[in-house]
Amino acid sequence: MKLLRDTWLVFGRYWGLLIRNPAWVIIGVVQPLLYLLLFAPLLKPMASFPGFPHGGAYNVFVPGLLVQLGMFGAAGVGFSLISELRFGVIERLRVTPVSRVALLLGRAMRDVISIIVQSLILILLALPFGLSINPVGVVVVLALIALIGLLTASVAYAVALWLRSEDSYAPLIFTSTLPLLLTSGVLLPLSFAPDWLKAIAALNPLSYAVDAARAVFLAHLSDPSVAKGVLIMAVLCAVSVVFGARAFSRAAA
Amino acid sequence: MISADESNVIETRGLRRVFRSGKRTVEAVAGVDLTVRKGEIFGFLGPNGAGKTTTLRMLSTLLPPSGGTAHVAGCDLLRQPDRVRERIGYVGQAGGADREITGRRELVFQGRLYGLSAEAAKARAQELIEKLELETCADRKVGTYSGGQKRRLDIGLGLTHDPQLLFLDEPTTGLDPQSRARVWDEVQRMHERGITVFLTTHYLDEADALCDRIAIIDYGKIVAEGTPEELKRAVAGDVVTLSVGGDRQQAALDLLKAQPFVREASTEDGMVRLYVDRGEEAMPAILRLLDGSALQLRTMELHRPSLDDVFLRQTGRSLRETAA
Repeated sequence: MKLLRDTWLVFGRYWGLLIRNPAWVIIGVVQPLLYLLLFAPLLKPMASFPGFPHGGAYNVFVPGLLVQLGMFGAAGVGFSLISELRFGVIERLRVTPVSRVALLLGRAMRDVISIIVQSLILILLALPFGLSINPVGVVVVLALIALIGLLTASVAYAVALWLRSEDSYAPLIFTSTLPLLLTSGVLLPLSFAPDWLKAIAALNPLSYAVDAARAVFLAHLSDPSVAKGVLIMAVLCAVSVVFGARAFSRAAA
Repeated sequence: MISADESNVIETRGLRRVFRSGKRTVEAVAGVDLTVRKGEIFGFLGPNGAGKTTTLRMLSTLLPPSGGTAHVAGCDLLRQPDRVRERIGYVGQAGGADREITGRRELVFQGRLYGLSAEAAKARAQELIEKLELETCADRKVGTYSGGQKRRLDIGLGLTHDPQLLFLDEPTTGLDPQSRARVWDEVQRMHERGITVFLTTHYLDEADALCDRIAIIDYGKIVAEGTPEELKRAVAGDVVTLSVGGDRQQAALDLLKAQPFVREASTEDGMVRLYVDRGEEAMPAILRLLDGSALQLRTMELHRPSLDDVFLRQTGRSLRETAA
């Protein structure tokens, strides 16, 4: 009960901060929109290549963009935490009896909701280009993106609490997310990949999320890759929330 | 296991904290025994890196101790940190209010974190705003506050749940004299309401003026503890400085050093410096002695010890030199 109440309180605080400065929600949509406008047209002729999944270029490409949005959208959340550390905000909250799990979940929920909003905007914008969707598929994909967002945000907050400085946080986050994304087949399906790259992708949990999202958008909801991707993300998500909450209860110095 | 004496708000025995950085371990706090009595203003002094902030962070549940026992506000710090949190307030050096939020919102949120209903938290925030004279800025973003307003808001956040013990980490550092005086008034008011205040400071005049008792920490250990008066009397004694005519300070030093009431004597910049137990009795004796000699007394000054002298004696450093 206390956990729910505290999570709600913490969420309210950070949600309030977000809606009073919504600029970065728009910034978050701009990047995937640029991919949609400037990169996706290249895929159209490729859709007829052998090995390219059937179902339309946008139905192959947009799920990857959504996964990318889920990860990039949450990877940067540590910056605001580091500035709060500097102003003593985190220390002040940690002296109160507020639940440590709530300190993480309340913030991360805010991040997840803003990612969901951005994802919806992206899906709507992709419709005129030729994306076809069904409502159940959208719900499943959004749930998957929410898990990726929560997973990434929890790790990002833990890393921020550990490093405590933008100068070391920025390079670490951006050099680790990019290879993760590239080896998960977000931009192009890995059916074109050489075997060694496929082997790396098989070790990358995010590639299962991309597979799942793509299967949903290609209308294979019952494909086993969907359940597999959601399950893998859910387990990693649970682990990262525990990890993140511990970082909040231990934050030293 | 120590017994939790009801009249003591803080009681620690052998409190330790070790930090590891790579293969090196540093004992930042090396066995601290502290007793803070109910209702007193307790000053915690020490050079930077002496273990002051580490001790404060342990007592306020922010940092788990590596060893020792501690009771804070009637609860076992190691076993019941949550219950300790309900009873203490903490105002860190950086304050803790977000620059992007209004002071009122921060106060309401703080009340909610301590379990108040939305209504009660709003009422409490209004009460604190009035009490701390924040009416003019309460609905502006904290980023626009003056140093003094910001500090009063920080204190308000620490007092939201009416704690029995308030920790203040360098509450007046960086404030102009007027704002500093306001903070002192505020601390006095808490004292009158029976709140125990545990504060660290770099200003010895502040410790002297505000604190009922003081402890000095150095190299992770308490090197002195007592009322400001006790510390001054015990450690420094009074200092008499005098100068004599004709460049004869060495002769004066030799003469005075031999006197039983002089504890220590030295010459410095052409002046003779004497440490004596009771300056007011030593001065007439010195006058008589010099009158009877061939030495001509030019000036004589009595200097009562300050906490700075206590600090210098205990740590070998002046607090002013060590202040960041």
